[in-house]
Amino acid sequence: MNAIFHAICQYLSEPLPFMVSTTLLKSIGLLSAVLVLVSYTVYAERRVSSLMQDRFGPNRTGFPLSVAGSWLGLKWKDWSPILGGLGQPIADAFKLLLKEDFTPAYVKKFYYWIAPGLGISAAIIALAVIPFGSKITGVDMVIAKVDIGPLFIFAISSLGVYGIVLAGWSANSKYPFLGAIRSTSQLISYELALGLSVVPLFLIIGKLNLVEIVDYQVKNGWMLLPGITAAHPHLPTSLASYLLVFPVLISFIVFTISMFAETNRLPFDLPEAETELVGGYHTEYSSMKFALFFLGEYTAMITGSAFIVTLFLGGWHCPFIPDGSQHWYWGIVNIGVFFAKVIAFLIFFIFIRWTIPRFRYDQLMKLGWIWLFEIALVNIFITALIVAFVP
Amino acid sequence: MAYQVPRPKLTFAEKIYLPTVLAGLRITLGHLIRMLRGKTHVCMQYPEEKWDSHLPEHYRGAPALVSDEHGRTRCVACQLCEFICPPRAIRIKPGEIPADGKFAKVEKYPVEFDIDMIRCIYCGLCEEVCPEQAIFLKKEYAITGTSRAAMMHDKAKLIEMGGLRPDLVNKWNEKK
Repeated sequence: MNAIFHAICQYLSEPLPFMVSTTLLKSIGLLSAVLVLVSYTVYAERRVSSLMQDRFGPNRTGFPLSVAGSWLGLKWKDWSPILGGLGQPIADAFKLLLKEDFTPAYVKKFYYWIAPGLGISAAIIALAVIPFGSKITGVDMVIAKVDIGPLFIFAISSLGVYGIVLAGWSANSKYPFLGAIRSTSQLISYELALGLSVVPLFLIIGKLNLVEIVDYQVKNGWMLLPGITAAHPHLPTSLASYLLVFPVLISFIVFTISMFAETNRLPFDLPEAETELVGGYHTEYSSMKFALFFLGEYTAMITGSAFIVTLFLGGWHCPFIPDGSQHWYWGIVNIGVFFAKVIAFLIFFIFIRWTIPRFRYDQLMKLGWIWLFEIALVNIFITALIVAFVP
Repeated sequence: MAYQVPRPKLTFAEKIYLPTVLAGLRITLGHLIRMLRGKTHVCMQYPEEKWDSHLPEHYRGAPALVSDEHGRTRCVACQLCEFICPPRAIRIKPGEIPADGKFAKVEKYPVEFDIDMIRCIYCGLCEEVCPEQAIFLKKEYAITGTSRAAMMHDKAKLIEMGGLRPDLVNKWNEKK
């Protein structure tokens, strides 16, 4: 028995099996973390929206803790204001799984079936290149360390529109079709601003590997707060690094707005505008297929937040917290820091959604093409001039 | 002639939209924080908190049969409520009061009086049509049951819900 165990350890410590096994572990870990985060983002969305509208939201479905609490002699009533409703995601999942999966007779079956999968897989695959932690026992906390990180994310996440378009088209019905058309034009318009707005960052950093982009921010401070948030906090030394704060701020704002549009969040949720299009592209879907669209939307939100955090807010880095090369538990802390930043951004997403009304369609197009696209374009030239001529 | 809607002149800060987003966030966050500190009381947590004491006098809840000061159910089984009931929720089986009884003059009484609370629409027509003021809509609104049979209110249940209401109709009282 011992011999077999040793043989397995021996085999796993060889380079290729080691890489395969650690990658598998990281993928499973990240995926489950993201799925839990998705379900609790939905819960947070419901609670925050209701608190903003002077309601309570789901506060009844007790966590299984209520059972444990009664064993331990705790009164559930004392805990319910704090923990009440935390079991809601579990109840929601069961509800969606047990609902009738109805396929209307008039849909184009093949595309109708693959559309939800396409929607969610694009969002999940894009997560693969995001460094969610520093290093634990020498293993990089990123699933795929590729040299084209941001390009990969742009390419894959824009594939997500196929899920929406195929869903709207295959449903063979009016409102889903309108939703899909809106989604296509919206995503094409904002893809431009999204891609162009981050070019200044790459001009400054000079690398396209997300791990190296985070390493740069560890050394020189986060892109938004240069210097003072570095591993060894200091004031920016050169004139250029002071001047570059403004282009980075502009690119952060443009990128965030475009990310809202890319993930179909309010104020840009025209593809599924409930008041205009019933449910938009997923009107004809039910049960788990509908849930997959829902999951895909929120996963895209998490991917977007993780991308923004990685590019502008230093990824897993937090000043005064050492990285994983010091000790493995600092590696875990770094992962915690990364997810804390992502959660903070998700809550910002939720706040914005319940604050701003939806844009009109022509306003959306005008904002995308006339404002954000031009601002991003000019921003590139300003950054290039600063990088080239200011010492 | 077309009516011209006056358009407000926007300041630069309003035109670039971002400061107004922040202003909006201030409002929604204010609501959120007031809610978290328990300063807002708009919603009621239903089974624990109820609005029962604020129900108006004319509130129309579940119908019930009332009794007079002698403990006699006021109903004389005239069946007017059964006839007027729009969803036909009421079923009455009338019976005769024996000639030697105290209330022989009343002649009829309901042997059975059933109201199907699944059908009842709480319209109050039974209360309005009753010549004896025997049926009233009480303030009870949470009528629940786990079966159809449990939702059928029989005579005993209706009398229990109705309670005593003296001095409404005096025509059966010899002394008045």
